[in-house]
Amino acid sequence: MANAAGAAPGGHRNGFWGFLSLPGVAWLLALFVVPFYAIAAVAFGRVDPILRTADPVWSPWAWKFAPMSKVLDRVFGGDLGGVVVRTLEYVGVSLALCCLVGYPVAYYVARHASRWRGVLLAALVLPFWISYLMRMLAWVNLLQVDGYFNRVLGWLHLGGSRNWLDGDSPTVIIGLVYGYIPFFILPLYAALERLDSRLIEAGRDLGASPRRVFQRITLPLSIPGLMAASVITVLPMFGDYYTNTFLSSGSPRTAMVGNQIEFYLRGSSQPQVGASLVLVLSAMLLVLMTYYLVVTVRAQRAVAT
Amino acid sequence: MRRNRPGRHPFGLATITWLYVLWSLVPVLVAMRISFNSGKSRSAFQSMSWRWYFTDPAKSVWHDESLVQPLRNSIKLAVLSMLITTPIGVTMAIGLQRWRGRLSRASNALMLFPLVTPEIVMGVALFLVFSQVYTGVPRGFTTQLLGHITFSISYVVVIVRGRLAAIGPQYEEAARDLGASRLQAMRLVLLPLLGPAIFASLMVVFAGSIDDFVISSFLSTGASSETVPMKIYAAGRGTATPALNALATIMLVFTLAAVSLAAIVMRQMRLRQGGGEDAQLGSLAAVG
Repeated sequence: MANAAGAAPGGHRNGFWGFLSLPGVAWLLALFVVPFYAIAAVAFGRVDPILRTADPVWSPWAWKFAPMSKVLDRVFGGDLGGVVVRTLEYVGVSLALCCLVGYPVAYYVARHASRWRGVLLAALVLPFWISYLMRMLAWVNLLQVDGYFNRVLGWLHLGGSRNWLDGDSPTVIIGLVYGYIPFFILPLYAALERLDSRLIEAGRDLGASPRRVFQRITLPLSIPGLMAASVITVLPMFGDYYTNTFLSSGSPRTAMVGNQIEFYLRGSSQPQVGASLVLVLSAMLLVLMTYYLVVTVRAQRAVAT
Repeated sequence: MRRNRPGRHPFGLATITWLYVLWSLVPVLVAMRISFNSGKSRSAFQSMSWRWYFTDPAKSVWHDESLVQPLRNSIKLAVLSMLITTPIGVTMAIGLQRWRGRLSRASNALMLFPLVTPEIVMGVALFLVFSQVYTGVPRGFTTQLLGHITFSISYVVVIVRGRLAAIGPQYEEAARDLGASRLQAMRLVLLPLLGPAIFASLMVVFAGSIDDFVISSFLSTGASSETVPMKIYAAGRGTATPALNALATIMLVFTLAAVSLAAIVMRQMRLRQGGGEDAQLGSLAAVG
């Protein structure tokens, strides 16, 4: 390795760089690793018999796994199963819609929008700077019974007296897509923009139709970007509990896993069930998280060497 | 510039893109307009007024303490997070970029983890740790601040590392060859070169903190530690007045002003130094 990106040649310097990282590492150990361990200590710990509060057990050798297996039974086939299935449905449909809308947008801005590119790019970034809940509030305003959405429907003679905010799955899905699609488009845009246009030109010069070029060159080459964009969109969606609550007046018909976690931890005093659910959710998402981390570390290396 | 074939413009794609842009921004514009409503309705606009900003003696943002308090909390949190996170993140980035060995790789993985951890997991983790382990930390604002810093550090590290990789070691080596000590080289050469990245970090941390709902909400103790997103969440479903929209609009203006200012300053810095468009895109993408 040719002393890449500021690698210190002498071993004695290495300690200095370690020392510089120390505050950040210590911070993350104290306020990221320890807290995560606290979830396990509560999930596998005891419950105070009188107060029903959590009594965390710190030594893994004293952990009890019975409460967790009870939660697992409830998730797989029990009363929590429906919520898990609904979460998967919402996230799946939302992701499909993100691809359907987001891919053409990212593709157009990255490869075709020559004159308007700056404006479009700004428009793609703008939602990042608008508070997520402000954007949801905007939909709550639009979807009121006497709101603009119903008025447009009435004007088109398509009804227009429906209460959209009363536990409708489509409303929640549109809300999720609206909320998270910027996180999908921007990384995909970056990937499509980096794509080597010489390959596309070669395909065209060799006589392939634009459609064939897209199918055989652009789409396959954009798969890694598409995967990364999907993972980064889906991860927060899985933990979401406020979008559906906000857009459906907290109706149980649209409850997701996140709602159950929030309910058990704060609504009712069963922190152990809540903590167990967080562990179940984390375990389910671990594959996605690991995928993203591996890709990121590889990209870091590619930049560094 | 990058068109495949000149003269063949994909109008279908262009239509989808512009419709998407309209769809993504129009609802927010409508919500902002409603904040200027003279009536009480949050769904129908009657006529233009500043009623919900100043003029209403009891329910305008200016006069309603239950709306001013969240605004104050949000801005305080965002400014303090920004000022505390950035130095920690910048030193960590410089360290991780150059530190070699197994511990360094482990630290790097640890740094990346918060980026992919769903907020609810982090929220629950912090909620439990402050109620079970760090019980001496005053609940509310202090715990919220610690939480915001925790999820912001990694953004700063990613942004600054991108810039460090672009700069390379040669400037510092030159300074060292000319007799500067390691610390002098860092202070006089590296830090100024990192200027745009540091600025981008400040901006990203500010925006991330001001937008945060989950962590603030899990670590809140009630009205005294309510933030603007929490206020919107709590009041938005009920019978709130357009003052809520006014509050959200004020927030939006604050954030956009901060971001625009930062963008202008970064542009100036970059014009003086040249290069680094990737770092800018990286900083924007890192928000996600």
